[in-house]
Amino acid sequence: MTDNIVEIDNLSFGYKGRLLHKGINMSFPRGKIVAIMGGSGSGKTTILRLIGGQLKPVKGEVRVGDKVVHEQGRNDLQKLRRKMGMLFQMGALFTDLSVYENVAFPMREHTSLPETMIRDLVMMKLNAVGLRGARDLMATELSGGMARRVALARAVALDPEIIMYDEPFAGLDPISMGVICNLIRNLNDALGATSLVVTHDVKEAFSFVDYVYFIADGVVVAEGTPAELRESTLPFVHQFVHGEVDGPVPFHYAAPDYRRDMLRGHDV
Amino acid sequence: MDRTKIDLWVGIFAAIGVAALLGLAMKVGNLTTSNIGETYTVTAAFQNIGGLKPRSPVKSAGVVVGRIDAIQFDSATYEAKVTLKLDKRYLFPKDTFANIYTAGLLGEQYIGLEPGGDEEYLRENDKIMQTQDAVVLEKMISQFLYSKATETKE
Amino acid sequence: MSDGMVSKLKSALQNFGHRLIDQFWRLGSASRLFGYTLASSGESLRRPFLVIREIYFTGVLSLIIILVSAFFVGMVLALQGYNTLQKYGSSEAIGVLVALSLVRELGPVVTALLFAGRAGTAITAEIGLMKATEQLSAMEMMAVSPIARVIAPRFWGGVISMPLLASLFSMVGILGGYLVAVPLIGVDGGAFWSQMQASVDFREDVMNGFIKSCVFGVACTMIALFEGYDAPPTAEGVSRATTRTVVNSSLAVLGLDFVMTSFMIS
Repeated sequence: MTDNIVEIDNLSFGYKGRLLHKGINMSFPRGKIVAIMGGSGSGKTTILRLIGGQLKPVKGEVRVGDKVVHEQGRNDLQKLRRKMGMLFQMGALFTDLSVYENVAFPMREHTSLPETMIRDLVMMKLNAVGLRGARDLMATELSGGMARRVALARAVALDPEIIMYDEPFAGLDPISMGVICNLIRNLNDALGATSLVVTHDVKEAFSFVDYVYFIADGVVVAEGTPAELRESTLPFVHQFVHGEVDGPVPFHYAAPDYRRDMLRGHDV
Repeated sequence: MDRTKIDLWVGIFAAIGVAALLGLAMKVGNLTTSNIGETYTVTAAFQNIGGLKPRSPVKSAGVVVGRIDAIQFDSATYEAKVTLKLDKRYLFPKDTFANIYTAGLLGEQYIGLEPGGDEEYLRENDKIMQTQDAVVLEKMISQFLYSKATETKE
Repeated sequence: MSDGMVSKLKSALQNFGHRLIDQFWRLGSASRLFGYTLASSGESLRRPFLVIREIYFTGVLSLIIILVSAFFVGMVLALQGYNTLQKYGSSEAIGVLVALSLVRELGPVVTALLFAGRAGTAITAEIGLMKATEQLSAMEMMAVSPIARVIAPRFWGGVISMPLLASLFSMVGILGGYLVAVPLIGVDGGAFWSQMQASVDFREDVMNGFIKSCVFGVACTMIALFEGYDAPPTAEGVSRATTRTVVNSSLAVLGLDFVMTSFMIS
């Protein structure tokens, strides 16, 4: 029994012959907030889906608790998922339900609590994200930031042990961003849970996470605390952390020689 | 969309849907006139059944008293063996005639039962002895031509 | 043939072969979804409100188009039928003509086509959008099977709605035919109904029509659900999927109609 609630061991995953991940190793200790960062299309979100059992690895293992996720039968997988809460990028609220009903959904599906208790719980969760007053609005009437907060309330409805965030800062204004950072930290500590944050927002993430994994080209190229990574001299990490225009991730998409390309139209 | 309103509308919808189906069955179709009662089986042999089909009606005095259950070929007598299911409420004497008639000029064919005078009635699996075949148009025409030919000879 | 033409022909054939195999693959995918849907129907039985809600959205909300269309179809049948029948002096058979046409064929088939256009596309768009906005994924991650919770109730809702709608279509169509034939044209009202009752057989006509509408219900609803579930999660993807729903549903309905009719007429 390790202190890690999730362990990823030599994971390889891909579609149609192309490997997205080529041997990834990660571990997520209990009670910590870990960020998974990398360029767009590097497979960060896919890791969350692999942890949640929506995808099966080609090679290697993903373990939650001590259980290998893709070896679980349907019922065991459902049990495992009840320990997890996931915040999707655009909220993914159920559009035909109200805010209240969205947060009540997991409670109604998985518990047989009476409606009065559910009401109390929903109010508590909404209060934690500051949206108790919005409980009767329809999901379609919310702004982006509000929708994401409601989705967060829904993700923690059953007090999960693992909370996963898929690009929680994407497209938010600075105030909402600060709010979300705060919420992630406070909820994690209040629930004693482990949070996995997939993001490429360096400034926000570094301000509150405990540990960071960097993925590029299908492998973990760097890991460490935010402080360590800020000092890192690894070219990729340096380029990413400081937002440099050119470096290991080139500015130019592969193209033939500039001079020759321009002259081609005018050549005789 | 509140629950009670949905329930109400779906209830109304289901009710009128089922009512329409029942309406079709009763008013439009002939469910009420088809055999709901108990039946008994009799057989009859014909040399030619014409266009008679299973489920064709069996009528007496113009009223439907039963249905044709099955039609088979009897290879011993080279006749058509027709199995009739008659409503138990109606009993027919043993010397009843079973004739094949056509409804209207070109309508469907049916069996008409004309009762005889016997004191004993037909029982389950009895056979109707007196039968008259269907009128076959070609035979009629050839008969007519033949009689016409013999007439002119004389 | 020149090299260029040969290679063009080759790629056209390859393309065609690809698309054909693609269709088979999709058919297999759809059958698998059908199987899952049936297997996951337990939830729909335990929580009937989910199904009732879908009956509302597919059935009740389609009532207007079904009833209005039925009325017009019945009236047209009466007009056209009278036009031809009166040439043979058989105008009193108009009731039979209207009733049989509707109950045997037009009721189930036209209802199914209208259903595919109205309710089918709504289902496809809804499911496609739920997939695109990751709502189905979110449900999965919350350990709720989206097939049991979203797909199966819609399936049963459609399957239950369709025969009810078809019966209503036939009934209202006959009414429309009556209104044209009797008050308008002047055919004898009694003859209208009595001839109809003598000629329309419950088992042969009404039940067969009912069976047809049930089969169409399964086909149209399943096609709508599959196209939505399978749609690429983009605006264009969903819009193409709704088109495919209408096209495939219509073809399936007409094809199944032929197959079933040939079985039933024997």
